[in-house]
Amino acid sequence: MSKILIRGAKVLGGEPQDVLIDGETIAEVGTGLSAEDAQVIEADGKILLPGLVDLHTHLREPGREDSETVLTGTRAAASGGYTAVFAMANTFPVADTAGVVEQVWRLGKESGYCDVQPIGAVTVGLEGKQLSELGAMHDSAAGVTVFSDDGKCVDDAVIMRRALEYVKAFGGVVAQHAQEPRLTEGAQMNEGIVSAELGLGGWPAVAEESIIARDVLLAEHVGSRVHICHLSTAGSVEIVRWAKSRGIDVTAEVTPHHLLLTDELVRSYNPVYKVNPPLRTERDVLALREALADGTIDIVATDHAPHPHEDKDCEWAAAAMGMVGLETALSVVQQTMVETGLLDWAGVAERMSFKPARIGSLDGHGRPIAAGEPANLTLVDSAYRGVVDPAGFASRSRNTPYEGRELPGRVTHTFLRGRATVVDGNLA
Amino acid sequence: MKRHLISAADLTRDDAVLILDTAEEMARVADRPIKKLPTLRGRTVVNLFFEDSTRTRISFEAAAKRLSADVINFSAKGSSVSKGESLKDTALTLEAMGADAVVIRHHASGAPYRLANSGWIDGAVVNAGDGTHEHPTQALLDAFTMRRRLVGRDAGIGQDLSGRRITIVGDVLHSRVARSNVHLLTTLGAEVTLVAPPTLVPVGVENWPCEVSYDLDAVLPKSDAVMMLRVQRERMNAAFFPTEREYSRRYGLDGDRMAKMPEHAVVMHPGPMNRGMEITAEVADSDRCTAVEQVANGVSTRMAVLYLLLGGSEPAVTTARTEENN
Repeated sequence: MSKILIRGAKVLGGEPQDVLIDGETIAEVGTGLSAEDAQVIEADGKILLPGLVDLHTHLREPGREDSETVLTGTRAAASGGYTAVFAMANTFPVADTAGVVEQVWRLGKESGYCDVQPIGAVTVGLEGKQLSELGAMHDSAAGVTVFSDDGKCVDDAVIMRRALEYVKAFGGVVAQHAQEPRLTEGAQMNEGIVSAELGLGGWPAVAEESIIARDVLLAEHVGSRVHICHLSTAGSVEIVRWAKSRGIDVTAEVTPHHLLLTDELVRSYNPVYKVNPPLRTERDVLALREALADGTIDIVATDHAPHPHEDKDCEWAAAAMGMVGLETALSVVQQTMVETGLLDWAGVAERMSFKPARIGSLDGHGRPIAAGEPANLTLVDSAYRGVVDPAGFASRSRNTPYEGRELPGRVTHTFLRGRATVVDGNLA
Repeated sequence: MKRHLISAADLTRDDAVLILDTAEEMARVADRPIKKLPTLRGRTVVNLFFEDSTRTRISFEAAAKRLSADVINFSAKGSSVSKGESLKDTALTLEAMGADAVVIRHHASGAPYRLANSGWIDGAVVNAGDGTHEHPTQALLDAFTMRRRLVGRDAGIGQDLSGRRITIVGDVLHSRVARSNVHLLTTLGAEVTLVAPPTLVPVGVENWPCEVSYDLDAVLPKSDAVMMLRVQRERMNAAFFPTEREYSRRYGLDGDRMAKMPEHAVVMHPGPMNRGMEITAEVADSDRCTAVEQVANGVSTRMAVLYLLLGGSEPAVTTARTEENN
């Protein structure tokens, strides 16, 4: 394999340095590097980050290839600067057996755009009744360590307790979609001032917070770790902060859209803003940003949820929940966290690469940018300003809430084990 | 006037008064032996009903026909998705047929808004009730009825409802009638109080321009009009209230309670009434109850809305107002 010299990149936003890639690994990091046979990329003050890792991606294959496939989803991931994604289990069939997770894992290998680490379903068919063969999925070629019924909450307290306990045997973690089902029957949007006016069924914050409170207490009781998916309310932040202060082994993620958008947007009744958990209020958004900055929330995860056009080109109640996010995540984080002064780029790297890889026990990703490490890298032009045009997305779906919105930053290069998957902003 | 009527909140005070005044003119037509105007001849009004509502549909149908419009009734029962055709495709079909106005009733809140704002059709959209969102023509006919009763048929022309105290009682949470009425009555200067068990008041109501009370008896003596909302018996199964009996004891209007209202105050109901639940037969059949009047006024009000939306620049009624005094 050839050598690549990235010249003058601000590594994690620090002083400009040169990074020499030799084959699949980083050979050298320093100043004034040269290599005669290397292809040179003039980074010219761009930000160099470790390849991003998304702990929460819906790739839709098998079953909903009309909205996304492993191939199109990983192309979208590479475009957004990701070198690894965790594929959620709510496919058709559900990824609740070794067979299905191995299928997704194999499709990821074949795609070549980023590594795909399947997530296994906690319960058979996401039904919340009977544990899936968690051990078999862990022992399979896919090596599953993260388990989630995402899209549905493991609402039965006993099933949740058992899952938390059971996966300790092989260092697994349960990622909970916190949504008390009875409190959210018919729920269409955040319950509050806007839902009262619009006459849309309310998804109250307490439906999320009560499950998180229960689950951190369960994790404490059985001595397990628990991960909370897409935290969306100020109250959830307070509960996680309290749990961490007690030493409970809990981690939490926030999506880019919950860092930027509020339920005021629902006044348009445009289902592109329909998502689960729903967009909340300005107060929640600010609390989430603060929590991501102070470490209460550990990571950013996209909850990339592709849907075909017809599932959004309809009345609100009939529309599917979810937004695509892989290709805009870093830009939204730059706008909401970096340009507000809440995080520096090293902080972004921690929350979008190092920590998600650690939570998911993913080898070879989320590693320091240093000699001898795998060359999973993302080069970002943070000075760029552009209007989001979904027509240019690599994802098969276009359901972005940012269409027409100006966002900062652009991924110009992504390297997966030394091989460029994105060059000058285009897929290689 | 705007091009569509989606929400009562879209109406200014002057818009609303214009509709009520126009409705008065339309009402005079109803008193004539020939109840028909040539105003909308050659125009097509589609009644697009995704939800059963015979009362509302025939009211719009009568209104459009009295204005000489061609009326097409399109009943798409059940969800558009389960039926297999999307709202968009239905809209494109109506557009292709040349609908000048689409009157839409839909079980999904916001469906009329989507219809009007998604570029699917060019015609005017009239919201005839969407989910638990709004029912603006119901609010207009209610305001029309109140103005007639509380201000006077002729004295009311050009007037709003300034200073009138209106009480709306019942299932506010699920009521599109309540939402539209709060917007419209407030715009017209009235003071609105909602009365309901706390379970049937939406979270977020504190931002509405009205008062909320849980005590019907305390509010009745200070009311110029009391509007009783229909309460569906099945709400009881979702624990919104314990039993029908308890509901009607605490929030139903019977003869004794009606006696606490000021003498001039009226009782209103959008229908259909659950006699014995939110309203007793004694009240429903009394002279103070305007339920039947509201139905008649609904036709006049909807005539006014269709006339104004479809751009009648000519006066709708050529007969001078002064010829008829009653």
